[in-house]
Amino acid sequence: MIERTCDVVIIGSGAGGGTVASALAPLARAGHRVLVIEQGPRLDDHEFTGREVEMASVLYEDGGGFLTADGTMTLAFGRVYGGSTVVYTGTSLIAPERVIRAWNVPGLDFADVARRSRTYMEQNHVHLLPPEVINENNQLFVAGARAAGYTAGQFPVNVRGCRGSSLCNLGCPNGAKLGTHRVQLPIAEAAGVEVVTRAEALRLEERAVVVRIHDTPPDAAGRPSEWAPGEYRISARLVVVAAGAVGTPALLLRSPLTRRLAGVGHGFTCHPALILVAEHDREITNDVGHPKSYYLDRAEEEGFVLETCMYFPFTTAKNLTGFGHEHRVLMRAFPRLQMILVLACDKAVPENRVTVDRSGRPVVHYTFTPAVVTSLVAAMRASARIFFAAGARRVHAPAARVPLIERQDAQRIDELIQERYFLPGRVSISAAHLMGGCAMGAPDRSVTDAWGRVHELPWLRIADASLFPDSLEINPYLTIMALADRVAERITQDLVE
Amino acid sequence: MPSLVRVRPVFRAVAITVVPEAALLDAAGWTEFEALVERALRQRPPRVRRQLLMFLRAIDFLALTRCGRRFEQLDARQRVRILTALQDSPILLVRRGFWGLRTLIFLGYYAQPGVAAQIGYRAHRDGWLARGLPDEAALARSRSTP
Repeated sequence: MIERTCDVVIIGSGAGGGTVASALAPLARAGHRVLVIEQGPRLDDHEFTGREVEMASVLYEDGGGFLTADGTMTLAFGRVYGGSTVVYTGTSLIAPERVIRAWNVPGLDFADVARRSRTYMEQNHVHLLPPEVINENNQLFVAGARAAGYTAGQFPVNVRGCRGSSLCNLGCPNGAKLGTHRVQLPIAEAAGVEVVTRAEALRLEERAVVVRIHDTPPDAAGRPSEWAPGEYRISARLVVVAAGAVGTPALLLRSPLTRRLAGVGHGFTCHPALILVAEHDREITNDVGHPKSYYLDRAEEEGFVLETCMYFPFTTAKNLTGFGHEHRVLMRAFPRLQMILVLACDKAVPENRVTVDRSGRPVVHYTFTPAVVTSLVAAMRASARIFFAAGARRVHAPAARVPLIERQDAQRIDELIQERYFLPGRVSISAAHLMGGCAMGAPDRSVTDAWGRVHELPWLRIADASLFPDSLEINPYLTIMALADRVAERITQDLVE
Repeated sequence: MPSLVRVRPVFRAVAITVVPEAALLDAAGWTEFEALVERALRQRPPRVRRQLLMFLRAIDFLALTRCGRRFEQLDARQRVRILTALQDSPILLVRRGFWGLRTLIFLGYYAQPGVAAQIGYRAHRDGWLARGLPDEAALARSRSTP
């Protein structure tokens, strides 16, 4: 085992870890040794090819198909320099005030989260795209929502020089999306923070983490690790875990030192998502332009959020229910397809949690609660109304008696889309907004305090979405950055003192 | 040893039922199809590969018990009927087994670059410019030009 020492080691380089790294840049400049370890590789610009399966296998854990324990949902999370900020669409919303209030975390208030979020919005060049580059997939959503009695909002996005490749979820091939790989990590590295890729965190020890540096497989994308392959024990004054809502609890649970901490792995939640597809009579611009420019927030009223989206051939095929002739016909209509992503806002429940198997690999136990099923069905009905109001000839709704609903049946949506047709295992459901598992809050019902400091282990900090005590009910990365900024602020105070 | 070799006849018969166009694949097309599936399986835990083989054998067994012939010997309607029963099964384990199998088949077929083009998928790294339209930067430039 090779020994290394530093002042702060950060595990993970996504919205949480990348933010902590950049916020600690002044410390690094002042001579403190700050280290980031990332399990995934560091890619060069030319390696973002936009090819679906190739990029998914490079950028995502399990190629984006990490299955929950009962196999009814896949989870998508990044495993690359920059983490999931490499593969999101850059949508940047400040957390809803009502959600932060409901979290009821002593020492955390909405004004502070909002102020820090605005700082990162500025740093990440968050802005509204001009109407001229909004594609018809998005325009139809806005028009359909209006005609159906809803008001859609435009997503501010963190892009600079977006060319409209529509390939955000495969890693922008033009470097336009300003994730931590483009903004925060380069700031940190310029200040002297060291980033080590292909570094898998095996376990935590007292003020240390044991990592394995992996060799680069033949023909694999990405640069070799900055360190030689082998096992290292990295000792640090402070250890920051920012490996995501699956990775962070899993690391704590496979470490003898932390596995018995109360609450670790509990309270996992996510936004279970369905892709709905409608076919129009004419071709529309769908696979060009930013894919996710508008949303409809019904979280407070009905427990769901609708977002525009556009996916790639295999992802689309997988998300359509059924097979054979009808499936084929819809796939052949690709240039005429409009898509909506349905997100259910799930409340954290004790049964849904992260554990580890005998090899230490994470296992996510997740069951759809009745409230989630109700929300998904309500969201499918709303989406179907929006599609038809936008002029669609037919709509594919996975929880309909027959998944394809024709225009002449548009008045029968409530009758055709019902909870009893929602069959887990038959309907493709995935989630990319993973939250909870190391919740912050009062000491008797949480893992950390409001600054990500683990109760009873003050040298150990958490700085990612696992801190969320419950669902955020909107895209989470900006809130993760705001919370990570708080973690970094307290680390700075502690180290300086 | 490649996973699919031992169950190739039933795998291909299921694939053609799930994606009818797969019947038009030539030898090279099938090689590419199966290579994509094998690669995806190699990235999954070994138990997933075992489950896939078991599920394919179960489909063959189901065909034998219901129709007296192996799955690849059934006509198209019989095949659809069997796969529909699996897809809509009241047993979660069966539904998710079929979901996993069809997902791999869609991957093997739709991840082929030629197929993506055939269905009209046109995403390009140059985005709007590839369609002859201005992107955000081009718009900004045109606005700043008097």
